[in-house]
Amino acid sequence: MWVYRELLRGAVKENPTFVLVLGLCPTLAVTVTIVNGFWMAVAATCVLVASNVIISACRRLIPSEIRIPCFVVIIASFVTIAEMLMKAYLPDAVNRSLGIFVPLIVVNCIIFGQAEAYAYKNGIARSLVDGIGVGIGYLGALLLISGIREALGAGTLLGMPVWSTYPPAYIMVMAPGAFLVIGILLGIFNALKLSRRRRQPRAAAAPLTSREMAAKPETA
Amino acid sequence: MVAMAYTVDISSFFTIVISMVFVSNFVLARFLGLCPFIGVTNRASSAFGMGAAVTFVMTLASSVSWLIYRYMLLPAADSGFNVFAALAIIKPDASLVLVLKTVTYILVIATLVQLVELVMRRTTPKLYLALGIYLPLITTNCAVLGVALLNTTDTPEVLTFAAATLQGFFAGVGFALVMVLMSAIRERLDLLGVPEAMKGAPIAFICTALMALAFMGFGGLAGATR
Repeated sequence: MWVYRELLRGAVKENPTFVLVLGLCPTLAVTVTIVNGFWMAVAATCVLVASNVIISACRRLIPSEIRIPCFVVIIASFVTIAEMLMKAYLPDAVNRSLGIFVPLIVVNCIIFGQAEAYAYKNGIARSLVDGIGVGIGYLGALLLISGIREALGAGTLLGMPVWSTYPPAYIMVMAPGAFLVIGILLGIFNALKLSRRRRQPRAAAAPLTSREMAAKPETA
Repeated sequence: MVAMAYTVDISSFFTIVISMVFVSNFVLARFLGLCPFIGVTNRASSAFGMGAAVTFVMTLASSVSWLIYRYMLLPAADSGFNVFAALAIIKPDASLVLVLKTVTYILVIATLVQLVELVMRRTTPKLYLALGIYLPLITTNCAVLGVALLNTTDTPEVLTFAAATLQGFFAGVGFALVMVLMSAIRERLDLLGVPEAMKGAPIAFICTALMALAFMGFGGLAGATR
């Protein structure tokens, strides 16, 4: 049962993109097409799961004073592996459009956050499930954003045309479109959260969890 | 054999300035450094402090990463000189760059940030008090690692040492400029009746979209966008 609960928490209740607002740089940069968004999410999820497991397995070996450099080295090693695998097996077009955002997974706050707040404090099995849950949440967010941007900006989904008569709004696949889509989506998710709190007054009175406090963008 | 010039000519100097600050601004066109952009632009003073600290570290990181890339990671056949090959420790081949680039850069940046913090605390306590709290955050700022990676990609062209350093500095200036502009907008947004659900990050992103749209107007300034 805890597996399902953990998955739900990582993917929905603490969705890295829409609830915690973490790791937005690659989220906005690569979501021009669904294919790019998908591979970015897969790469980040693999790194997240692998580093979560290793960090959790080594958590008694890593002294807390130097844990950050240790996390950096562990994460960077997995990012390098992911980068080489992608260079070897993915089409050139995907590699070129993901560009420096694959090595930049190293400084992705989502992976750092999970390492610090979860994997360093929990067992291997839990950390594995947590990584998968957060990964699913991240994949969902990237597919949603890239779906909207590709449909409006290029008029296609997965390369197939969706509209019969629609002049594509190129601005959606350029930088301003990305900011606009994430702004509106964050607003919608905030509104949903607010209306749920209004319906359950007790939930509104509940104090923020420590993770929510830590993830608040104002204190970042 | 790549030309190992250290200088930069005046026309490419202006190309670097225009493209790094305006045309391909790190935040608005390249989506780098969004965390501090949304996180610390609530007040103008903290936005300026963060911008200045990032500029400082980015300049240092660009020059150090250029030197490491050229003289430690690239095989001697490509750059003319390699420390490891010269000391006969290992014989670097092309795969060394691919394997070690990311790990080396992030460790160098983390060390650099620590070093800057230490030196600043000893030599300029006033500056340290102003920028100190932002320094630890810079290690995980993807703009810093991003500029190091972009400077050493060698496509579309191989940068000279001066060009790489200038590129780092002006990318930081562009970042700081956008931070300060955004903090001014957000200080005014606080006084407006923004709907509850749009407060904070959502409305900030929509303003960013408008800023990015405005910055696209600079696109015609530089013929070559890097």
